[in-house]
Amino acid sequence: MLEHLWFPHDISTFGPRIDFLFELIFWIVVVVWAAVMITMVIFMVRYRTRPGRKAEYIEGNSRLEMVWTVVTAAIMVTLALMSRSTWADIKEHGPPGQVFFNVTAKQFNWEITYPGPDGKLGTKDDVTVENEMHVPVNQVVRIDLTSKDVIHSFFVPNMRLKQDAVPGRIIHVWFEATEVGTYEIPCAELCGFGHSGMLGHLTVQSEADFQKYLKDTYSGQ
Amino acid sequence: MSSTAAVAVHGAHAEHHELGFFRTYIFSTDHKMIGRQFLFLALFMMSIGGLMAMLMRWELAFPETAVPGFGWVPEPYMYEGAIPPNTYNSMFTMHATIMIFFVIMPILVGCFGNFLIPLMIGARDMAFPKLNMLSFWVGAVAGSIMLSSFFVPGGPAAAGWTSYAPLSAVPVYTGVDWGQNLWCISLIVLGISSLMGSINYITTIVNMRTKGMYFFRMPLVIWSLFITAILLLLALPVLTTALALLLFDRLGGTHFFLPDGGGEPLLWQHLFWFFGHPEVYIMILPAMGITSDVIATFSRKPIFGYRAMAYAMIGIAFLSWIVWGHHMFQSGMDPALGTSFMLTTMVIGVPSAIKTFNWLGTLYKGNIHYTAPMLNALSFVAMFVIGGLSGIWMACTPVDMYIHDTYFIVAHIHYVLFGGSLFAIFAAIEYWFPKMFGRMMNETLGKIHFSITFVAFNCTFFPMHILGMGGHMRRIYNPLQYDFLKPLQPIQIFISISAFVLGAAQFIFLANIIWSLARGKKASENPWNANTLEWTAPSPPGHGNWVGAVPVVYRGPYEYSSPEVAEDYLPQSRELPEVSAAAD
Repeated sequence: MLEHLWFPHDISTFGPRIDFLFELIFWIVVVVWAAVMITMVIFMVRYRTRPGRKAEYIEGNSRLEMVWTVVTAAIMVTLALMSRSTWADIKEHGPPGQVFFNVTAKQFNWEITYPGPDGKLGTKDDVTVENEMHVPVNQVVRIDLTSKDVIHSFFVPNMRLKQDAVPGRIIHVWFEATEVGTYEIPCAELCGFGHSGMLGHLTVQSEADFQKYLKDTYSGQ
Repeated sequence: MSSTAAVAVHGAHAEHHELGFFRTYIFSTDHKMIGRQFLFLALFMMSIGGLMAMLMRWELAFPETAVPGFGWVPEPYMYEGAIPPNTYNSMFTMHATIMIFFVIMPILVGCFGNFLIPLMIGARDMAFPKLNMLSFWVGAVAGSIMLSSFFVPGGPAAAGWTSYAPLSAVPVYTGVDWGQNLWCISLIVLGISSLMGSINYITTIVNMRTKGMYFFRMPLVIWSLFITAILLLLALPVLTTALALLLFDRLGGTHFFLPDGGGEPLLWQHLFWFFGHPEVYIMILPAMGITSDVIATFSRKPIFGYRAMAYAMIGIAFLSWIVWGHHMFQSGMDPALGTSFMLTTMVIGVPSAIKTFNWLGTLYKGNIHYTAPMLNALSFVAMFVIGGLSGIWMACTPVDMYIHDTYFIVAHIHYVLFGGSLFAIFAAIEYWFPKMFGRMMNETLGKIHFSITFVAFNCTFFPMHILGMGGHMRRIYNPLQYDFLKPLQPIQIFISISAFVLGAAQFIFLANIIWSLARGKKASENPWNANTLEWTAPSPPGHGNWVGAVPVVYRGPYEYSSPEVAEDYLPQSRELPEVSAAAD
């Protein structure tokens, strides 16, 4: 349904769980909103002033107050409990990584650091490119995200993924892309006069294409 | 006892004391004049904040093209009328700063707090009239400092109204130097003004209620202002502290928010939102109070669940201190903390829902009069429902991951602050105008203004939900730089056209105010047949508010259509000898 509601096409493994929660809240909101508005409009029409009419003197109703307090609280707490595990799986833990990168944000680019021929990050042969991130499809990618200057936000709309990049902190992010293609990585947190237009590209490739890309990039160094 | 003595002194004061022009209109200690001063200051600031919004809407609809009529603005602020990115950043920063700190707060708290509290609780003035005057003038100084930042090299602040460090903490990151410093200084000064005001309100409400005005006989608008004053008293010092630390970082070489020197960028966000979330309720609680009073008056019915309404506001006030982390779900704060903030945020929805249901209950079996203030108050309810419900998506941490920092958030805050607070402000101005200025506002102009505003508002802000669902980031200068946003551009153009209509419609309101001030129908003492005490004073009330003795209160504020009397209202101060004991 969500793609009819202008959502970008989802290519992440956790995207459907987020979209499910969005839709669940959507239907709750639509039902509550419609009920409130219909009631309001009916009351507004039915109890409009007419000559000779007097309002009925009603001060309240304790039982009604109890009912709508308890029902609202129950819905809200249930929603929070239902969201908890999705959140924990995305941001607190998640599956073990298969591919590892560093991403460092700076005004106004994303620096993507690949591990280099030795396959290890933090060694001399690491290769850093700007704004071009290539990942293999159907593999868990783990990123150590940080920033050199101000706060930026790593946002991949097609994966519903967003995480601020904070200077002085390394934040772990993971995702698994399920479809080959090229997607945009805008910065979502105001980061200065070049914020608009700070844009990287995520290329999701087959394992073979990804290995070829790495080889070409490393040999280009 | 001591307050009665003070009242007597003031009363004597009122009888023989002609004040000169300056003491009456400029350096007045009369709460009503200070209220009007806050109103006019805020309306002036609103025109500037509104202009910023219009310029932003032009840029978003027609990126990097010249704004018609703005060719005169010198470089580097505009290039032959075209807005460069940094000017755009300054515009949304100043739009929000001005609207929040110099429009919504001064009108709701400064104007209506001052004007209504003494009149509605039966006091002749505030507890500290001179402090009150000082509060306004310090506020005016803060406003001048904020406006002066438009004229310093580098332009005004451009780090957003939230001014996240380190962007705001180091001049080279934004290219703005003194603009940001003045932004900090202005808000520190404004904080002092608010502090003086809030102490005054709390003292006045606690000590100066007239005989019989128990806490649970106070109108809900007074309850809301009382709770708001407590929130202001506790929240603003936190902002002041954060701003001082930011200034030290900018000017004094400290590193409170800069990681290079061992500082912590997230500290700013914690301090800012620890202030910022109560602040959100500071801007909505008085609007809720106003709405309650207006809806009860024009439904000719007691407010449904008066005590539940008061307790709900107290509940909101308490919970508002433990939800600030929901602004920081994606900030790098420990995700486990995010879960607890999600729970508290979901729970704060409950008292808001209670209030909405009680407003509906007030309409039930009422005798609803559709005056201009009533239409605005009803649309407060309808818009607040949308603003409140859209908050559920943001409270849900996984969904927030997607919609955080998108137009979905912009839609939400405008449904709450414009659809909510500003519609309540329109209602309040139209409802209390006769008491403030002794003349009625024009109903026809009021209804035309309401209709256009209501439609244009929804056409402007509802589609922003769609932009947000499409992933459209906020604070983006040119959406066409992104392939995935290009299909959304027609919506941006539609929003901008609606926004121009919305902006233009406000001139109707302004014209109505000016016309009514000069030519409006003379108002009687109680034009709406309302119950609360301000309607027992002359319109407009003179110095000391009541000509004779201060009224005594015999019942609650919402005894409309009471079976005890033939007419459909029963003022708080009317004595009904045989049943007054039973009414308690």
